[in-house]
Amino acid sequence: MLRFITSRFLQSLLALFLVITATFFMVRFVPGGPFTAEKAVTPEILRNLEAHYGLNKPLWRQYLDYLGSLAHGDLGPSFKYPNRTVNEILSDKLPVSAELGAESLAVALVLGIGLGTLAAIRRNTWVDYLASGFGMTGISIPTFVVGPLLVLALAIHAGWFNASGWYEPADRVLPCLVLGLAYAAPISRLTRGGLLEILHQDFIRTARAKGASEFRVVTRHALRGGLLPVVSFLGPATAGILTGSFVIETIFQVPGVGREFVNSAFNRDYTLVLGTVILYAALIMALNLAVDIAQAWMNPKVRLES
Amino acid sequence: MSTAATTIATEPIEKGNSLWHDAWLRLQKNKLAVFGLWALIVTTLTCVTGPWLMHYGYEEQNLDLGAVRPSAAHWLGTDTLGRDLLVRLLFGGRISLAVGLAATLVALSIGVTYGAVAGFFGGKLDAVMMRAVDIMYSLPFAIFVILLMVFFGRNIVLLFVAIGAVEWLTMARIVRSQVMAIKKMEFIEAARSLGFGRRRIIFRHILPNVLGPIIVYTTLTIPGVMLLEAFLSFLGLGVQPPMSSWGVLIKDGAEKMEEFPWLLIFPGAIFSLTLFSLNFLGDGLRDALDVRSSKD
Repeated sequence: MLRFITSRFLQSLLALFLVITATFFMVRFVPGGPFTAEKAVTPEILRNLEAHYGLNKPLWRQYLDYLGSLAHGDLGPSFKYPNRTVNEILSDKLPVSAELGAESLAVALVLGIGLGTLAAIRRNTWVDYLASGFGMTGISIPTFVVGPLLVLALAIHAGWFNASGWYEPADRVLPCLVLGLAYAAPISRLTRGGLLEILHQDFIRTARAKGASEFRVVTRHALRGGLLPVVSFLGPATAGILTGSFVIETIFQVPGVGREFVNSAFNRDYTLVLGTVILYAALIMALNLAVDIAQAWMNPKVRLES
Repeated sequence: MSTAATTIATEPIEKGNSLWHDAWLRLQKNKLAVFGLWALIVTTLTCVTGPWLMHYGYEEQNLDLGAVRPSAAHWLGTDTLGRDLLVRLLFGGRISLAVGLAATLVALSIGVTYGAVAGFFGGKLDAVMMRAVDIMYSLPFAIFVILLMVFFGRNIVLLFVAIGAVEWLTMARIVRSQVMAIKKMEFIEAARSLGFGRRRIIFRHILPNVLGPIIVYTTLTIPGVMLLEAFLSFLGLGVQPPMSSWGVLIKDGAEKMEEFPWLLIFPGAIFSLTLFSLNFLGDGLRDALDVRSSKD
């Protein structure tokens, strides 16, 4: 088990290093720099600016410098927001995105597992069809259609919520619901499939024969194995929720990391782009690692194979 | 050679009992999949031929008219520049479907070749190649596509190459596992003993037998690709005006939905319907061709 975790951990570190390197060189080879858009920059000022940010050094030197400060947790100064560091900007925005992500994931898990379980135990009844229909709907209708439609219906016409913003607790409802629904759909399908497979097995019949209630059979016996596909989906799902938040943060004007990332790319704010990508990559890899470990813990088969 | 092949094909025992025929019969029993198939055919034909039959061009503005509700003259209404929404939807459909197909082809060729090579040669090469796929699975690829589109101009060829380069991973895994199973069978051994080269064995003997899973996952990749295109367009990174795609129209509609809701509702509906159809058809094909959903 320890060997398994160590090898996965090293693999994540390698991947993270590749992401950092690839992104670093990609942003440097881009036509146009962070200061090209600004008017009235004389060649002299441009040189001074570049010297100030170390852009006049050879590329490999910049790369090593960047890795060096990164090792100390320093993501460098922002090119577009004078006097602000990338660390400051990200630590400002991260709590908002983290809240959006966590609440959306909670919506997705509760709705998805609930509906999937209902569909599995009431298989081939109208409950199943309704839940499965919801699953297909959620997979096929993208968030950028559902989001604006819900805003139109619930915010503009019904007036229950604000159309955008992130101030009151009620402002959380629509963004988290839209983002959560998108992932509740695949989760409900995976739960249904996983449970149906488990419910056929002998140990479930044994549990029923012992007189355990249906509720107990499902929650105590079947769900543990039936949720394995859901657990392995959590890695991609969290990555999807992170990138999905670009759209959600744009629609609902949520001041999070996603919107900052898109803006920083447009602004060619190298350090901020790099910092955001590193943050996302590290998050995704940490979560994937956690999912791998959880899977190994839940399923002896996975544990033994590796 | 060709005459021999035709005589074998017309032998009565073979006829009407093939795997494909069986699969087709099974697919026809799945009402949702059949609905998906018809919806796709109708949508595609309308998008391809429709614009020729219309009186308006996709960029033809009528500023005096502005945005009007659906009417006899403009069946789906017009946008704020007075452009006919139906024409723009059909043109947008051409782009969205074309991007979907082209990017899927890119993903298909990378994924199939990669998976087939890894599965066929096995051993260390396979271990390294699949480790690389594992690592790539954990990368935030959508972020890279966004960066590519921002930095290197929003040209449409780059768009589908970038999307295709992201979406091939699952295909590679599936093809690999299938190839591994098939290469152990006797007819492959026979081909080897006849002295055929590796390339010939992979492309002529193994891959045709993996066609089922490839078709299923191609059908399921298209909606993912179209979704990614629309996602990029929604962020303003996809197809550029005055061209339209369904993603662009949805983005425009979402900005103006308060006053002109039809600008959001129609593009959203046709886009969702297409994704629905592709997903239903893919699911139906999976059942019909009896492809297991296991990824390993």
